[in-house]
Amino acid sequence: MNSAIRNGLGWSTLALMLTSLFMVFEWVPTEAEQGIVQRIFYFHVPLAWVAFAAFGIVAIAGVFYLWLKDQIWDDLGYAAAESGMVFCTLVLITGSIWAKPIWGIWWTWDSRLTTTFILWLLYGGYLMLRAMADDTPEVARFGAVIGIVAALDVPVVILSVRLWRTIHPAVIVTRAGEHGLEDPRMVVTLLVSLTAFTALFAWILMLRFSQLRVRSRLNGMRREAALIEAAARDY
Amino acid sequence: MEHFGYLFGAYSIIFAVIFIYVLFIWRRQAELERELRAMEERIKTLKLESTSSAAKPMEK
Repeated sequence: MNSAIRNGLGWSTLALMLTSLFMVFEWVPTEAEQGIVQRIFYFHVPLAWVAFAAFGIVAIAGVFYLWLKDQIWDDLGYAAAESGMVFCTLVLITGSIWAKPIWGIWWTWDSRLTTTFILWLLYGGYLMLRAMADDTPEVARFGAVIGIVAALDVPVVILSVRLWRTIHPAVIVTRAGEHGLEDPRMVVTLLVSLTAFTALFAWILMLRFSQLRVRSRLNGMRREAALIEAAARDY
Repeated sequence: MEHFGYLFGAYSIIFAVIFIYVLFIWRRQAELERELRAMEERIKTLKLESTSSAAKPMEK
């Protein structure tokens, strides 16, 4: 049942990605001021959306883990943090590639860029903790707390373009309340890309989550084997 | 087509990173399944051994 859903989601993601690529490279009109480099935004914005969604899931899973102490929530949080980190890294890279021809520099300490970089560092810390420490309930508890605290940066990143002076463009809605995308085809392309990346994230999350469930089961079996061995020695 | 290199570079990096990550997940999945099968066998053997060693004194 699960693998059928996963396969279906995988093929749907592929179809959506191909549609999105066709729209980005063939269908959508070129933006007047920035030229073709503006097309990076049709994937940059969805990447940011899925990264934020992933970190939101880490925080929710963290709350449930601290409340219920059930390993399933820790596995979900870990899977979401890892995939969120991949997407967040891509947000920073694609943003930087866009910035070079438009701003003339690869990086600047603008409020949105800086808060996104802080978010990346926070979840980097979370993943380092998980990778270097053993799979114990204490580590899972620390991870849950870090995941919840780090997610507080997500609304700061989103609101940074309104809270502080910034040179980062507001793609969806400008500060004056107008749409940053003047042509309806640009809006449709962005929506298709958002759907494609949401499907991709869901598929990757399912893959990694089911894998971490297997790892937890394996850890349980290792403990069981150690107990049987200890009992045999005592006997 | 000014700046096409940047556009091409950005999309290439996106798909390369996602492809490598999915590949990492699949390879890890295969390893875990192997470990799981080995562990199932080990537990089965351990249980058999502990049952047989527990039965021996009874026979005496």
